[in-house]
Amino acid sequence: MKNLFIEKTSQKPEINFNPETGILAISGRSLPEDSSQFYKPVMDWLKIYFEQPYENTKLVFKMDYFNTASAKAIFSIFNKCEMQFKEGLDISVEWWYDKDDEDMKELGDEYVDLFTMPIQLLKN
Amino acid sequence: MKTKFTSFQELVYAFHESIQPLDVKLMYEGEINHDIMKVFTTLTENDLKSEEFPGQKKVFNVMVECLQNISKHADCVKGSKQENIGNGIFLIANNVLKLTIVTGNIIVKEKEKFIKEKIDYINQLNKEELREYYKKMLKENTISNLGGAGLGFIDIARKTQNKLHYSFNEIDDKYSFFIMTATISK
Repeated sequence: MKNLFIEKTSQKPEINFNPETGILAISGRSLPEDSSQFYKPVMDWLKIYFEQPYENTKLVFKMDYFNTASAKAIFSIFNKCEMQFKEGLDISVEWWYDKDDEDMKELGDEYVDLFTMPIQLLKN
Repeated sequence: MKTKFTSFQELVYAFHESIQPLDVKLMYEGEINHDIMKVFTTLTENDLKSEEFPGQKKVFNVMVECLQNISKHADCVKGSKQENIGNGIFLIANNVLKLTIVTGNIIVKEKEKFIKEKIDYINQLNKEELREYYKKMLKENTISNLGGAGLGFIDIARKTQNKLHYSFNEIDDKYSFFIMTATISK
């Protein structure tokens, strides 16, 4: 299976998913014009990856900002990981936030509440 | 088209003045799409760079949500100046105490009740309740795949930590002009 790499722009995050290390990294800003269209290849890739995932998978989430239109897609990515966790896969999340960014930290707290898989909040 | 006022701009300006008469930095009327949103958010970001204002990122976030509300949910009246879908008015005012974002757009009257109930509900929630409501809507929105408008209002209320002001102005028996104000304290 190939890496998934999408270059970042001012409106779109960088996606760097590596099936050989199990590291799935999302970073930057997300406010694409059509978020479901932007995240479709990401969801498609994950579907295939989770058929034969690496022994431990880590979602590295390092976002400056995402809009509410992207929130749905991002929630779905977390949800997919959560389902794998519930089926016994070794999977964890790193949620990075800027030390001055209370809003991203608060959002991280919410994701910790919403899911049972381990989500670690880390200061940048 | 028969209206009870001369122009939408006048209406938005008057609404804004009634709440807080202060420096209007920018006012725009026309189509609001993704490119326009990019331009305005960048302009405002650059404009605020000279200020020692820690909430600059909030301004960006709130602007995106306000403009997206218009581009996705504004209706249109045939034969009017705002004939195209996604048209609206957008005003930014800035003074030493706060930054205000006012948006105005046409909606079909049937939407009034939903918007009013949604904003009234959000306005009476405290910080913790807003947080719980956001989580609930995030889960439900994702599952039911409904539009994100509800989430947008909640997000604006959370980021600004101020009440949302709004008004509906009748255009005719089918349409209203919806105005909303989001205020970011400095």
